[in-house]
Amino acid sequence: MPDTAPSPVITIGDDAPPVVVQERRILGVAASTWPKVLMPLLVGLLSLAVWEYLVRRNGIPPYILPGPLLIAQTMVTDWGTLSGSLWITLSISLAALSVAVLLGVTLSVLFAQSKWVELSFFPYAVILQVTPIVAIAPLIIIWVNDVKLSLLICAWIVAFFPILSNTTLGLNSADHNLLNLFQLYKATRFQTLLHLRLPSALPYFLGGLKISGGLSLIGAVVAEFVAGTGGNQSGLAYRILESGYQLRIPRMFAALFMISISGIVIFLCLSMLSHLVLRRWHESALKREN
Amino acid sequence: MTVLASSDAAAVRPDGQVARPVVRCRGVAKLFSNGTLALQNVDLDVGRHQFVSLLGPSGCGKSTLLRLIAGLGEASAGTIDWPDAQHDVSGVALPRLSFVFQEPTLMPWASAIRNVMLPLKLAGTPAEEARARAAEALRMVGLAAFENAYPRELSGGMKMRVSIARALVTRPEVLLMDEPFAALDEITRFKLNNDLLELWHASNFTVVFVTHSVFESVFLSQRIVTMAARPGRVIADMDVSAPYPRAVDYRTSPLYNAHCKRASEALERAMGHAIEAH
Ligand SMILES: Nc1ncnc2c1ncn2[C@@H]1O[C@H](COP(=O)(O)OP(=O)(O)OP(=O)(O)O)[C@@H](O)[C@H]1O
Ligand SMILES: [Mg+2]
Repeated sequence: MPDTAPSPVITIGDDAPPVVVQERRILGVAASTWPKVLMPLLVGLLSLAVWEYLVRRNGIPPYILPGPLLIAQTMVTDWGTLSGSLWITLSISLAALSVAVLLGVTLSVLFAQSKWVELSFFPYAVILQVTPIVAIAPLIIIWVNDVKLSLLICAWIVAFFPILSNTTLGLNSADHNLLNLFQLYKATRFQTLLHLRLPSALPYFLGGLKISGGLSLIGAVVAEFVAGTGGNQSGLAYRILESGYQLRIPRMFAALFMISISGIVIFLCLSMLSHLVLRRWHESALKREN
Repeated sequence: MTVLASSDAAAVRPDGQVARPVVRCRGVAKLFSNGTLALQNVDLDVGRHQFVSLLGPSGCGKSTLLRLIAGLGEASAGTIDWPDAQHDVSGVALPRLSFVFQEPTLMPWASAIRNVMLPLKLAGTPAEEARARAAEALRMVGLAAFENAYPRELSGGMKMRVSIARALVTRPEVLLMDEPFAALDEITRFKLNNDLLELWHASNFTVVFVTHSVFESVFLSQRIVTMAARPGRVIADMDVSAPYPRAVDYRTSPLYNAHCKRASEALERAMGHAIEAH
C-alpha cells in the first residue's frame, strides 16, 4: 500500500470486525485532499501573476487588455450592478436546470416503462438537442412575451437532453441478474423501479447533471446575448454587451470572470454532490486501491 | 439413505422418480430464439428435503434448467409442477424458493444488511422485523461484523456469503444454487461447503445445486443428476449414500473415493455423448 494514501479499512479474518485506521486530518479535511485543492489554486494564481506582469511590462492599455488587478478593482466598484446581474443569470440557469432535472427524469422513467414509448419519443428529444439554440432563441423570444421566461426556456432546451439521455441509459442498464432476482421475489414494477432501476441510473443521472449544470449557464448567457434587452433586470450577458458598446473593457472582463467562476462553482457543487452520493459504492467515486 | 431426520426424505426409485416430489419436471425442453436447443425431454423429480446436485460439462443446460425451475423464463415444452406449493388464482405455483446466482449479484449501492433485507422488503415485511431477520441471516453466514459494509468492501467469498444469507433470509422451502462457489478458492469453497451442509442439516430445506465439480457434488449431495450437452438432457441419476454430517474425514474416506469414481464415470459418459453428437 502506498504511504501517500493510507487505506481507511483493513480487514483481518472474516468474522472479526474490520480494523479501522483513521487517516490524518488537517483542519478537518483529510490530509490527502489538500493537494487536490491547493495545486489548481496555485496554478491559477501563477497564471494571474504572469498576466498582470505581461500587461504592466508591455504597457497594454486597459481598453485592449486589462490586468487582473484592475478587473478585480472593477468588480468591487461595480459590485452593485454586477451582483444584481449575476443573481439574475444564476437564478435563470438554476431554474432551467431544475426544470430539466424534473422533466428529464420524469420522461426517462416514462421511457423506461415501455420500449415503444422510448422509440416513439426519443427522436424528438434528439431534435431539441441538435437544434442550435442561437437559431431558435429569437423565435422563442418572440413567442414568449416575458423575457425572463424565454431565457429560461432557452437554457432549459440546452440543459435538458444530457439528463434525459443519460438517465434513460441508466434506467435500462440495471444488472440483468438483479432484474431476475427481483422477478423471482415477485417485485412489482414500481418496486423494481424504486429499488433497482433508479439506483442503477443514479451514476448516469449525476454524470448528465454535471454536463447540464454548465450547459444551463451557457444557455442562459447565449439566449440573453440574442435577446439583447437592457434595463435593470438584465443578466451578465447584457452587462458584457453593454460594456462592449461603452468600451468599458475592465467591466466586460469582470462580468466574463463572474460567468466563468459561476460555471466552475456549479461544476464543483455538482461534482461534490455526485461524490457524496456515490462515494461508498460506485467505481467512479472510489479511489483505486489495488 | 442417511441419518437425515426428515420423515418423508425422498427415496429415489431406479427410474429417477421420487415418491412425493417438491418439484416435478416432465418432458421439459428449452429452445432459445437463436435456435439453440438447450434442453430436451428432461424428467426430474426432486424430493422434499433432498440435496440434489446437477452435474455436467459446460453448456449442457444446467443453468437453463435451474432457471426454468425458478420460473425465470418459459419452457418451450413440458411441464414443471409444484405439487405441494400454494397456487395463485390463475393456477401459477408460488413455491417459496430462493436462488443463488453464479455471481453474488448484490446491489452495489446497498450495505450488506440492506442487500439481505431486500427479499423481505419486497414481500412487505415491516422494516424492523426485516432488519432483525437479515442480521440473523448474516450472523448465520459469519458476517455479523460486516452488516454495514458495502459489497465493494467485501472479499469474493464474503460477497457470496451475503448472497447466500439473502437467499436464506426468506426461510425458503427450496434453495436453488447455480455454481455458487465456482469462482472461489479451494479453502473458502470447502468452508462454504461445510457451512452450507450444516445449514441444510439444521433447517432441512430442499437444495438443487448446480456444479461442474465431481468432488463438490459428491461431498454435498444425496443424489447426483448428470447431464449431457447438445441437446441438454439427463443421462445418469445416482445416489450418494453416506451419512451426514459430512466433514473432513468424509473427504478422505474410501467411500467418498468410490462415489467420486462413479460420478466421474457418469460425467465422462456425458462428455462422450456430447462429442458423439458433434
Ligand atoms: N439466452 C440464451 N440464448 C441462446 N442460447 C443460450 C442462452 N443461454 C444459454 N444458451 C445456450 O444454452 C446452452 C446451455 O446453457 P447453460 O447456460 O444452461 O449451460 P450450463 O450447463 O449452465 O453451462 P456452464 O457450466 O458453463 O454454466 C448453451 O449451449 C448455451 O449456448
Ligand atoms: Mg451455468
